[in-house]
Amino acid sequence: MRHLLSTEGLDAATATSVLDTADTLKQTLLGREVKKLPTLRGRTVVTLFYENSTRTRVSFEIAGKWMSADVINVSASSSSVNKGESLRDTALTLAAAGADCVIIRHPASGAAHRLAGWLDEVGTQVVNAGDGMHEHPTQALLDAATLRERLGELSGRRIAIVGDLLHSRVARSNVHLLRTLGAEVVLVAPPTLVPAGAQQWGAEVRHELDPELPKLDAVMMLRVQAERMHGGFFPSAREYSIAYGLNEARLGKLPEHAVVLHPGPMLRGMEIAPAVADSPRAAITQQVSNGVHVRMAVLYHLLAGEEITA
Amino acid sequence: MASRQPADAADPVGQRELLSAGDVARTIARIAHQIIEKTALDAGNSGVVLLGIPTRGTSLARRLAAKIGEFSGVTVPTGTLDITLFRDDLRHRPNRPLEHTNLPKQGIDNALVVLVDDVLFSGRTVRAALDALRDQGRPRAVQLAVLVDRGHRELPIRADYVGKNIPTSRSEDVAVRLAETDGEDCVVLRRPGAGVPQGTGEVTS
Repeated sequence: MRHLLSTEGLDAATATSVLDTADTLKQTLLGREVKKLPTLRGRTVVTLFYENSTRTRVSFEIAGKWMSADVINVSASSSSVNKGESLRDTALTLAAAGADCVIIRHPASGAAHRLAGWLDEVGTQVVNAGDGMHEHPTQALLDAATLRERLGELSGRRIAIVGDLLHSRVARSNVHLLRTLGAEVVLVAPPTLVPAGAQQWGAEVRHELDPELPKLDAVMMLRVQAERMHGGFFPSAREYSIAYGLNEARLGKLPEHAVVLHPGPMLRGMEIAPAVADSPRAAITQQVSNGVHVRMAVLYHLLAGEEITA
Repeated sequence: MASRQPADAADPVGQRELLSAGDVARTIARIAHQIIEKTALDAGNSGVVLLGIPTRGTSLARRLAAKIGEFSGVTVPTGTLDITLFRDDLRHRPNRPLEHTNLPKQGIDNALVVLVDDVLFSGRTVRAALDALRDQGRPRAVQLAVLVDRGHRELPIRADYVGKNIPTSRSEDVAVRLAETDGEDCVVLRRPGAGVPQGTGEVTS
């Protein structure tokens, strides 16, 4: 793997290998007082974030540090980006300063691919930590890792992704990865929040949640991304919550073994009721801890192999 | 330790069998006797743990434990120690999958740990194993058992138990094949030009 930009095109063997590595790393560090492996000593990883983030940035930083890489965090708001520096110049500056890997989050879809195109020539690797409404591959990988822990093999499992599909890079990455791993995916959202072309993703599209619940092995709730909404997509937050929120009554309609996921940050009371978010059926904090191991696995696959010569 | 794929069962020109199945069995039995003697296992000394370095070291450790049990009546705990994350040549070789580390449930603190591997070459695998071991606990002593010592050490490391010393040139490849992973027991020396090496000798960096 040279870069990790999307789950579309990530083959089953590579995805499974990353998930297996994450699982092994988790077992390796389990119960250890000192969570530190020397694997990436001497490698420099830069997180370049043009958007706010808690989970993703912190877990990439922890992942890099647990693998002994030097991790440097750059946020656009406190860098030369604020003085008008372009993405390309910022990226080339980081590469020239010695970054082996740039982990980028950017509000523009496709930013990670552009970055990889520029940095490929100088041998710096790129990880997409979320680009606009396009993809967020490590989130999909950590979701798959969590589902594998809870359900075993994903092949043949039926998983619903519910909510703001239109603005969700998490949904896109998850559909591609879950389909690659053999799961059935059903997308549930109001018609206004279903992206054009979603029918071609290889997932079923539904507009009502209740009839789907008894058939599911897992349900993934998405946050309504008000920051990306510039129009009226539904009448009111209350109406959305009544139609698509995962409350206790809906939790009761799910099979006993079914798992509840949420990529975070959650809007409690909007897409997920507090009692559901805190129930043992929810694997939301497990997703976060798996995120560290999955990102360690991604860094291992990218940075621990043969050196890339520019 | 090197490419850990199953060895090629074909017999192309340029290969020489160094140990037959019978030789491998006898060698393992001899090392088992030496471990019993050197660790004073039959004198009631407990706390010996055999840790195999994947893949073939794990099989060898299990076989050694079985022989030690047969000869001394002592059950020696065995485990697996994956050293991949501790290697210093990760950037010089293709990415390799991780193996699992499984230690006996009593751990390795104050134990006499015998590391078991198939081929001792540069010593870098053993160095990585010592680092991996340090992360797991504090054994009272660490020893090393190998089926084959092919020389060309790059670090001041030596084995306590050696099945067979085999002088080799760096361009040759020593392939250990064991029934558990390769369907047969033997050790083969491949000369340069004898096809793609698929042996298990360490690759130096």
